[in-house]
Amino acid sequence: MLIKRRGFLQIGSLVTATVMMPKFLKAFEQPHVVPPGNKVVVVLQLSGGNDGLNTVIPFRNDIYYKQRPKLGIEKSAALQLTDEVGLHPALTAFKGLYDDGSLGILNSVGYPNPDRSHFRSMDIWQSASNSNDYVNTGWIGRYLDAQCNGCDKPTQALEIDDVLSLALKGDRVKGLALQDPRRLFGTSHAQFFKDIANNHYSDDHHEQPVDYLYKTMSETISSADYIFKQSRSNPSSAAYPPTELGNSLKTIASLIFSEINTKIYYVSLGSFDTHVNQDNQQQRLFTQMNNAVEAFVKDLKQHNRFNDVLLFSFSEFGRRVAQNASGGTDHGTANNMFLVSGGLKQKGIINPMPNLADLKDGDLKHTIDFKQVYATVLDKWLGVNHQHILGQTYSPLHFI
Amino acid sequence: MELTKQQKNQHLICRAGFGPSLGDLQPNSLLSSTDTYQSIIKASQKKPEYINVAQNLVNGFMMGIQDVKKQQEAQNQSEVKKKEFAKKSRDLIKSLNLQWLNEMVRSQAQLREKMSLFWHGHFACRNLNVYFQQLLLHDVRSNALGKFGDLLTAVSKSPGMLSFLNNQQNKKSHPNENFAREVMELFTLGRNNYTEQDVKEAARAFTGWGFSLKGEFINRPFQHDSGVKTIFGKTGNFDGDDVIKMLLERKETAVFITRKVYRYFVNDVPNEPVVAKLADRFYQSNYDISGLMNDIFTSTWFYDKKNIGAKIKSPVELLAGIRRVLPIELKNEEAQLLFQRALGQILFYPPNVAGWPGGQNWIDSSALMLRLRLPQIFTGEEVLAVNVKADDDQQMGMGDRGKQMEQVKGMQEMGVGKRMKLMVNIDWPTYTNKFSTVERPALYNALVATLLTAGQQNNTKQVVERLADKSGRDAYIRTVTVALMSTPEYQMC
Repeated sequence: MLIKRRGFLQIGSLVTATVMMPKFLKAFEQPHVVPPGNKVVVVLQLSGGNDGLNTVIPFRNDIYYKQRPKLGIEKSAALQLTDEVGLHPALTAFKGLYDDGSLGILNSVGYPNPDRSHFRSMDIWQSASNSNDYVNTGWIGRYLDAQCNGCDKPTQALEIDDVLSLALKGDRVKGLALQDPRRLFGTSHAQFFKDIANNHYSDDHHEQPVDYLYKTMSETISSADYIFKQSRSNPSSAAYPPTELGNSLKTIASLIFSEINTKIYYVSLGSFDTHVNQDNQQQRLFTQMNNAVEAFVKDLKQHNRFNDVLLFSFSEFGRRVAQNASGGTDHGTANNMFLVSGGLKQKGIINPMPNLADLKDGDLKHTIDFKQVYATVLDKWLGVNHQHILGQTYSPLHFI
Repeated sequence: MELTKQQKNQHLICRAGFGPSLGDLQPNSLLSSTDTYQSIIKASQKKPEYINVAQNLVNGFMMGIQDVKKQQEAQNQSEVKKKEFAKKSRDLIKSLNLQWLNEMVRSQAQLREKMSLFWHGHFACRNLNVYFQQLLLHDVRSNALGKFGDLLTAVSKSPGMLSFLNNQQNKKSHPNENFAREVMELFTLGRNNYTEQDVKEAARAFTGWGFSLKGEFINRPFQHDSGVKTIFGKTGNFDGDDVIKMLLERKETAVFITRKVYRYFVNDVPNEPVVAKLADRFYQSNYDISGLMNDIFTSTWFYDKKNIGAKIKSPVELLAGIRRVLPIELKNEEAQLLFQRALGQILFYPPNVAGWPGGQNWIDSSALMLRLRLPQIFTGEEVLAVNVKADDDQQMGMGDRGKQMEQVKGMQEMGVGKRMKLMVNIDWPTYTNKFSTVERPALYNALVATLLTAGQQNNTKQVVERLADKSGRDAYIRTVTVALMSTPEYQMC
């Protein structure tokens, strides 16, 4: 109960300040607007290997229907984007974004020597490593290493989850994973932990291994405090679907509307590993994704932040072109990515649809290396040099 | 700083096992570390009991396959059987996980289990066939303190490893280098101590090494490339056993293994001159693992100040350690799987073939906060509110995020959302009685000496005392224990 009261006192002081403002000044109160150009990335990880061919559907392609006599989505069911391409029926909001010019679709994104095991391929995407290298850090973690040199609040990258992904683990700095700012605040601000942290004396000349834990602890406490305060400063009041993704995107929106220094948010949805019963599973998950992203975009637009936010989705691999015998598909290779923003330079279907006549062992060939997408986002959206973070230079794309 | 007997023992049993058990609590302060070590060695020499969760499954599967063949049913019937097997296998790996964890908690053969955990990470194998995993585990536990050559051979011929590293696809007509490469790079020599040509030729030597569905090693001569090969500058028509012999002949293997052992059991930062000496003796002894561990645990430098409390406990060590020292009865054992996943180490699911990196890699803000809250979650004072991402290798797409909690049987749902209380019984009187001969003013230090390692014992007294329940002796012991286990210091070993 002690925590709650202290917490209240801290929020209370924010409230009191505005209440005590003279009436005439209140007339000039503007809605809380973060200066434009404060760009932010939201990474939506579709875990399990989403079936790209039933997401962005080549409804004029005979091969598609020949390989998927049961699983192929009919032209009449798909949400038509062009004469040849449609979206999965559950993605109505994405169709709206397409019409709006705020949806970009990148096709055939992958990497050389693709790995078809979940944990391996996901590690490759998250660490931005080559297919035969084992790297213990993630691309966003290494971004943090560069951004947070000696800072005490590594909040430039946040994951909305209880467990931190490899993607946000750097060499020196690690991002923070939290499901909910209030809960993280409550947990880390238990009096006992604050006292223990305050009581710790570390001798700079004789660094002990336990010091790393104390450093992490005090960073967590100050970050939790900072994040919680920011999440309360201009929180979203819009209606979001009461799903996990809906709640996560609402949390992200509230933080975006604040002055928090976070540049990258990471959130995941799953599982898309549809070996069996693909229709139902994709329908269910895409409905969740569609409705949550729809609310998120609407909210961003209302706060004039849609041009500054880039949301992109990815999956650790796509799936095989042919359906399997269980109403599903098996692990594949290259896949598509969605780009959602008011600030896209290239919109719609940005590169050609996958060539189903030119497969490798029944799998799609990649034409874009996913590291190029990361490089583009790092250089052009976040304004940092990608070479140091990704380990080499990649030719950028032009969607932003 | 001169260590007391108890502090030396504390350091030893934390490294050579999983920390003090309830039974150890008194003897610790009385025995010399040499005697403590001797009793650990004696207990660890016993042959391990075979942990068998999958025999029924395998028998059933083999019978099913025979039936299918007999009835000459369509190919996809055996596919169906295989899928059923796969699902049951995944469930049984959970049992294998929990049973081995129980061994770490209960077994007297502490060094053998700790060593097995080390080898389990060294010979990392992600294979979803529970039968193969249990065979591999038994190979590891049986050879953990024997000769490294025997261990290496057993692991290299186990169906789990042969399958995981694709050696079944390594054939004369179409070699697959994965197995040869990982055996050299990760299991023996380490990076940069071999050439690509060595890998290619060794792959040819390993052709034909395979296994049957029943889990037996099979050498298939018609798939074996019996031609002449040149490996490490030597020429001959080598086979897999020859390659293993050659790998052991190279001193780099002794150095690579010794350095890894040092970093796991002594300090993340290797002392190279010491490693070199140990490696030399290891090599001369024909890779006698017991001998190497003996050299380490009976040396004076092992008890150097900089090595005491220097290692961050891995999630499994942390869990086993808590259960060893507190008389905990978990109504729902499967919650430990949730903890393993949330803390980043699940037995039988290493992140990749290089195993768990360990050290500071275990620690990030959410993992640390969960570690610190673990004791209070066990005592029921805190709720477990962790949502872990589904692992598709385990769930095959059928586990949703959030469903993890519901699948764990017997957890009492409390309040809104995914906040749950663990169903746990802690027999506090048995624990507090262990301190019955300790005078009240000396209780705090006695508890610290029991739970923490030397050098970790200074900072927290003020804070812990403030939190302690001083209304009675037992309440005091209980609350100080939980508080001490909730400190960063308790994470160190």
